[in-house]
Amino acid sequence: MAIPLAYNLRNLTVRKTTTLMTALGVALTVSVLLAVLALVAGLQSAFQSSGNPLQVLIMRKGSTAELNSNFTRGAYQDLKFKPGIARNQAGEPLASLEMVTVINLESVDSPSGMNVTLRGITPIGLEMREGLKVDSGRWFQSGRREIVVGKSIEKRYPNARIGSKLKFGRGDWEVVGVMSAGESAVNSEIFADLNQVSSDYNRSEVLSSALVRATDPVAATALINDIKTDQKLNVDAVPEKEYFESQTNSAAPIEFLGIFVAIIMTVGSCFAAMNTMYAAVSRRAKEIGTLRVLGFSRGGILMSFFVESLLLSALGGILGCILVLPLNNITTGIGSFKTFSEIAFRFRVTPLIMLIGILFALFMGAIGGLFPARNAAKKEILVALREV
Amino acid sequence: MIRYLPLILKNGLRNRRRSILTICSVAASLCLLGVLMAIYHAFYFGQATPEQALRLVTRNRISLATVMPISYRQKILQVPGVREAMVMQWFGGVYKDPKNIFARFAIEPSRLFTLYPEYKTSEEEKKAFLRERSACMIGRAIADKYNIKLGDRVTLVGDIFPVTLELTTRAIYDAPENNASLYFNLDYLFESLSAGRRDFAGTFVILADSPDSVPRIAKEIDDQYRNAPIQTRTESEQAFQLGFISFLGNVKMFLLSICGAVTFTILLVSANTMAMSVRERVREVGVLKTLGFTNSSILGIILGEAAFLSLIGGVIGCLMASGLTYLVRQAPAFIIQLKTLTLEPSVAALILVIGVCIGVASSFIPAWNASRTPILDSLRYSG
Repeated sequence: MAIPLAYNLRNLTVRKTTTLMTALGVALTVSVLLAVLALVAGLQSAFQSSGNPLQVLIMRKGSTAELNSNFTRGAYQDLKFKPGIARNQAGEPLASLEMVTVINLESVDSPSGMNVTLRGITPIGLEMREGLKVDSGRWFQSGRREIVVGKSIEKRYPNARIGSKLKFGRGDWEVVGVMSAGESAVNSEIFADLNQVSSDYNRSEVLSSALVRATDPVAATALINDIKTDQKLNVDAVPEKEYFESQTNSAAPIEFLGIFVAIIMTVGSCFAAMNTMYAAVSRRAKEIGTLRVLGFSRGGILMSFFVESLLLSALGGILGCILVLPLNNITTGIGSFKTFSEIAFRFRVTPLIMLIGILFALFMGAIGGLFPARNAAKKEILVALREV
Repeated sequence: MIRYLPLILKNGLRNRRRSILTICSVAASLCLLGVLMAIYHAFYFGQATPEQALRLVTRNRISLATVMPISYRQKILQVPGVREAMVMQWFGGVYKDPKNIFARFAIEPSRLFTLYPEYKTSEEEKKAFLRERSACMIGRAIADKYNIKLGDRVTLVGDIFPVTLELTTRAIYDAPENNASLYFNLDYLFESLSAGRRDFAGTFVILADSPDSVPRIAKEIDDQYRNAPIQTRTESEQAFQLGFISFLGNVKMFLLSICGAVTFTILLVSANTMAMSVRERVREVGVLKTLGFTNSSILGIILGEAAFLSLIGGVIGCLMASGLTYLVRQAPAFIIQLKTLTLEPSVAALILVIGVCIGVASSFIPAWNASRTPILDSLRYSG
């Protein structure tokens, strides 16, 4: 017969201070791991919600980001009428020619400024961004030095509020609106009229990239093949979703450091849990003897102490999740060496992440509890009863 | 205090398993703290080498990805105190596999060795590198890692630039810090580009006549272009490199919060252990008091034991941390500061002090209580 769980629960409550301290140690370890996972999850969701599965991004062969890509107006004229490209209600092909560059914005966090993506875009391009809307103000007018900023930019950069002016290109640009599109990367960009931006940067003919929407998934694959093999265009085509997903690795250095920290902290916490459980075993030697006299088996004792360790660490895991919850939805920014600009995103403590945290804590408890539990089970009845 | 040392040592060894587990746990945490502080130290307190202290970097104010006209050099050279200015253009590109990460720069070979006197190579190799337009010079670390020998071809497929470069290895250099870069002739890059898209500079590396004039030169260069359509930002090479780190996000905050969490964890662990070990010997404290030990000496003995355990943990932690920093130095990384990551003696000393302080602080409450328990109560105490 197994030793009732209530026995372990009572033991944990009797030694409140020790239990709480060990659990807190586990909790801190779990919370460091979870904070890093929440950061990566936030970044992933920012990139994953960017991009439409039917859309294809076209860049110069060999370039890995829109920023270092070239695409000419001439090529755009050829591209526009390829078969398989969807059309809007007015019958125009959904193909958007765009120009991407970066500008430097000063913020409270970084007085020397951070790079932000500036995108020159046409009405068709705006139409192709799903869920894109102006939260306040209005869209830019073509032919004027007006810009619309993503909502994360508006939040993080005091100089980029409606009505203020930013200096880049050949003059001052007025912020006339704030836009948002779900959680996507658009929130960290600035949009302006394509012709105005390209003439300011002396790039009227050579722009950056093109975005096209296929009529259906099959057409999308065919379109990618068609564009890639077109000798005249000599460009590369990637699904828009894939392009954004490949940028998730900008968190790689922080992710690496975080996981490294979590591993070493885990080692430390395992030792600490072991210590606590060994102390529990040695203090309860008499109890163990009594339990054996009452007829509980060695296996039962082993299980009981093992379960106690798991309970202890589960408590730590739950505490860790609670500790990390305040991070949820906090906005932060991370720079990408691929786009040379900053993307803002929010920490996301998802249920899955919390589950990982608790499982991770249980794992620590299992390692920390196994040896002490074995030690308890191996005690001889007479010796155990005689121990003080 | 000294005469109680044997007693402290004996106490530390009485429950070996517990002492070892505590030491291991404290060592793991302090090792982590050591690595993090070494990183923090390297990022924010790193001392520039004498060569580095003389160098500045000018770039386009907008971003590193935006270039400047090459003609900017004339005005830069006119600033008093500037000895030399060289174009340094990040090439990027792919060598065989995108996973092969090392820096590739297009530079002006005739100026390179003036700006980087710490790059050592033989005279013949230097001459061969200067003579041949499609030559490249690589660091010893790259030569070893990818097994490139003198005369070997290196093909770089451009990503920023729409060109594929065929380079021939003509020189291999050694440098005390950064020997993991590839340099080739800027002219060779310009030749491969179409006529309208040449003659730009990603950055200018500038040599100053003395470290003291560096801030003034930076200001004067930027002032010259204050009202130009393309403005510049000039900073010391060290500040420039730090810019890459701040680009990654709020690294400072990240490091500090983890350090805080780690320190707090050690505090918990060692407080817990000391509380357990004191509780176990309340009766013993009673015996010691009957023998005439005063409250304060008992307090000292218990605190000393905690300090002793955490000091051992700290020493082991520091050893592990310096091992880990060695591993970090070997790993491929873009972050140049990590290439020379070491556990400085001052950081190691700080870690030991933190360890001992935490040990003493964590055992203070149990030790205080034990030393104040009246003799009769403690003798009557049953575990």
